[in-house]
Amino acid sequence: MAVHKGRGFACINYPIGMNLGGDPSQALVHSTPDGKFKVTLSSIDLGQGIKSVGRQIAAETLGIPIEDVYVDTADSDTGPHDMGSFASRGTHRMGNAIIRAASEARAQMLEAAAEKLEVDASDLTTDGKGNIHVKNVPSRSITVEETAQAAQFEQGRTLAGRGIFLVPLSGVDADTGEMTPVSCFAHAALIIDVEVDDETGEVEVLQINSAYEVGRALNPKLVEQQLIGGAWMGVSHALYETTEPYYPDRSHGPQDFNTYLMPGPGEIAPHHISILERPAPDAPFGGKGPGEMCANPVLPAVANAVYNAVGVRCDSLPITPEKVLRGIRANGGARPGGRA
Amino acid sequence: MAVEFRKDLFADERDDSFDQIGQPRVRQDIEGHVTGRSPFFDDHLFDGLLHVRCVRSPHHHARIRSIDASDAERMEGVVRLIWPRDIPRNMNTLLSLINFGRDDEPLLAERKTAYVGEPVLAVIATSVQAAQRAVAAVRVDWEVLPHVLDVEEALTPDAPVVNDEYPNNTFDYHDRYDHQKLRFGDPEAALARADHVVEGTYQMSPIEQAPVETCGAIAAPETNNRIVCYTSTQALFFSIGVTGKLLEIPSSRLHFIGGTVGGGFGGKVDSHHEPIAVLASLLTGKPVKYMWDRAEEMQAGAPRSGERWRIKDGVMNDGRIVARIFTGFFDAGAYTRLTSYGVQKCTGHLPGPYTIPNVASNIFCVYTNRTPSTAMRGFGITGVDFAIECHMDKVAERVGMDPIELRILNAYRDGDMKAHRRLAKNCALIESCQVVAQKADWRLSPDAMAQSSLAGGGTDWRAAIPETVTDDEGKIGERRRSGLAPDPFAGTGQRGRVAAGTFSDHPATGNAPQRDDMIAEASRLGFKVDTGAPSAPMPQAERPVAPPAPPPAAPPPPTAPHGSQGAPTLPSAYSEAPPAPTPTVTPPAPPPAPASTAPEPEPYRPEQPFQRGVKRPGVSRFISGSRRR
Repeated sequence: MAVHKGRGFACINYPIGMNLGGDPSQALVHSTPDGKFKVTLSSIDLGQGIKSVGRQIAAETLGIPIEDVYVDTADSDTGPHDMGSFASRGTHRMGNAIIRAASEARAQMLEAAAEKLEVDASDLTTDGKGNIHVKNVPSRSITVEETAQAAQFEQGRTLAGRGIFLVPLSGVDADTGEMTPVSCFAHAALIIDVEVDDETGEVEVLQINSAYEVGRALNPKLVEQQLIGGAWMGVSHALYETTEPYYPDRSHGPQDFNTYLMPGPGEIAPHHISILERPAPDAPFGGKGPGEMCANPVLPAVANAVYNAVGVRCDSLPITPEKVLRGIRANGGARPGGRA
Repeated sequence: MAVEFRKDLFADERDDSFDQIGQPRVRQDIEGHVTGRSPFFDDHLFDGLLHVRCVRSPHHHARIRSIDASDAERMEGVVRLIWPRDIPRNMNTLLSLINFGRDDEPLLAERKTAYVGEPVLAVIATSVQAAQRAVAAVRVDWEVLPHVLDVEEALTPDAPVVNDEYPNNTFDYHDRYDHQKLRFGDPEAALARADHVVEGTYQMSPIEQAPVETCGAIAAPETNNRIVCYTSTQALFFSIGVTGKLLEIPSSRLHFIGGTVGGGFGGKVDSHHEPIAVLASLLTGKPVKYMWDRAEEMQAGAPRSGERWRIKDGVMNDGRIVARIFTGFFDAGAYTRLTSYGVQKCTGHLPGPYTIPNVASNIFCVYTNRTPSTAMRGFGITGVDFAIECHMDKVAERVGMDPIELRILNAYRDGDMKAHRRLAKNCALIESCQVVAQKADWRLSPDAMAQSSLAGGGTDWRAAIPETVTDDEGKIGERRRSGLAPDPFAGTGQRGRVAAGTFSDHPATGNAPQRDDMIAEASRLGFKVDTGAPSAPMPQAERPVAPPAPPPAAPPPPTAPHGSQGAPTLPSAYSEAPPAPTPTVTPPAPPPAPASTAPEPEPYRPEQPFQRGVKRPGVSRFISGSRRR
């Protein structure tokens, strides 16, 4: 009886946005009289951080400090239509809509500033710190606040913008499956080290090494949070969770977290992440949604690591101690693959 | 835990000079979250709030002979019941909002139930306990029916019919087939000449989305004959659309508020709570909450679907995968929800991130007598990725190759043709493999480390997509009559041909901005190469998407009339079966005209005076504050 080490690999790609399009998102941006901007959406923040990513996208596009932007979501009386927060579509679809809305608002802002500075709007730019100035002449400037006041109280001009982003719906061919699915893909590759006890059948994840390609990490901390949490969900999915332990039999279905198995804090393994960024041409600043894909490679990587450790192929999830032990017994003992 | 950014990779495609983008800005909402003050839907307090619990079926499949709720109705705390007949239009399917599939699911089952936990009656009471007691006192006379739980048993000729709208136990695709097909190249011929055939069967387990905050909604009468609804939905306008349709109430009367949600993971798209809460509020004229407890969330709430996969690969001795055939079963449970869509998403994903010149798949959306499944993180992809990546290791072992090198050899690259007949671009699988191998000290050969997603795509064997063989097997209803096996090419149906090289070079792309001033300055979007940035897409006809350039050494693929711009590739390509016209799409149906069936709310007369400030402007007059503020 012994504990065997094993190492498993898997790599995946993941489509960003509703697969066949037809899922618009809209955004509204407007300025208060003192040059603070409100972004009004109907997006849902489930914890993934669309409010914060939307705020960064709006501030970057407008060219103003992030403190001067606030995202308001989701009230159907004020927020325009959005399909929802699913299918890794939030950042991609809503991000593009916000870029458009903020671009229109920025154009109005530069027009208003141009009128005050008596220059052409195309000669103006922002410094990201709350000022608008003539390109290459930082001294010839006006603040965003003064611009907003002038626009609204002198010029009778709104500093506002609307944006919609829609990938039009496309069909699927009945006979060949030919289709125009999503426009960009995120990628991941992952190596997992496990230990398998050939007496109890228990699998312990020792370490995860991963490479995730996310287009561009719009907020690196939010990406990190998604990847670490998501990979952990994958471990849980691979080794513990199910609503129907004897699927397709429906018996013994858990009703609470005492019987719905999940790993606890003691089972958290070190996870070393490398983030790659190949910007997607049609994504906001190239950013793909990292949220959904991060769990996917973990499941097969765990299964492949278990096989490498003891020679048991668990082709059905979750990989319970019972399945591992039955496999070891059927093989007449553990068969370490010796990769780790 | 260490996170590193490989800024050195793809650096020539990125401009990283931003003020905000790429910066680790603190979340806008984090202070509220960590101090417990962010207002989630259940933090909105109402005086006299009523609660809803449902009478649920204890059987996999049963006819409802009668329901006796006379005792329950008289119990203390019970305000009223919601019967199926109280629901103006008691039939819906989630994706009717994008015109996909037929209405197949009642909000409350009236005639029969098709899974354990299906609701048949709702009780509105002054407390959760009173509602639960009343639910326990309802007597339902059930006639238990035969049931089917296994996806493949459900396809057999004598399996019980789960869902009357789809009597073959499979979703109808394109009004023609009982599954979604993918056909690319000639996998049977390629299998016949492959050095190895590797087969495997894989089973994905159903799992729970397990949000910390269970699904729920609070609805209350608002001023001006409107209803306000605080909801945990993941999709505000889905929920409004579903509520408006089922209750035949215009969206102008619905004021939905959400946006701060305690985890979703896909389980909060189904929109069952909002219509029941809104209806209960309309029927009683009072604020009503309908929120699942944990047991309901886990067993009556929709999980990730169980999926079963069979994969058959043809592999050459050098590790090239020349053919891959899939048979996939998505376990939809009793109703469609989003599973029909997941099948198509999955079809577009096959054969995984690899370039395989001959691919076929049959994927079924199967109805069984279990809790309907729905979206979950990785929807439509997680299950098949588990199958594909376990299978890749089996293939590597069979040909005696390093598993990562096998992936790099077969990985898709820019310019490769994907099985859904669009060119790959913006690929980065090879680089991801190389980075992680280096990181974990997994030695790869110099040749594998030298490969790139940017080079070699669309050339040589990678571009040699032969003529595609199609078939017309699995027409709707045929399988139940004949017992036809579910796998591609299992029958003797009529074969068709699609010429080699047929594809379209129109990528999925966003609509053009309405006005020029909505276009961001291209130089501020962070791309070093001109990629047709999103805010200023080129018109389709001018979009410079180059077909794969033939390599200097290798001749172009045989008979490769690469679909050039303007050439309608689809219709002309078929010699047997004419292609189905691309489904025309109408925008989401506008909310139905106001109907008089929805009863007017009775004036609200609280039994007891309000305890706290009520008349906050802009707030429902029944709100009495928010928790923890």
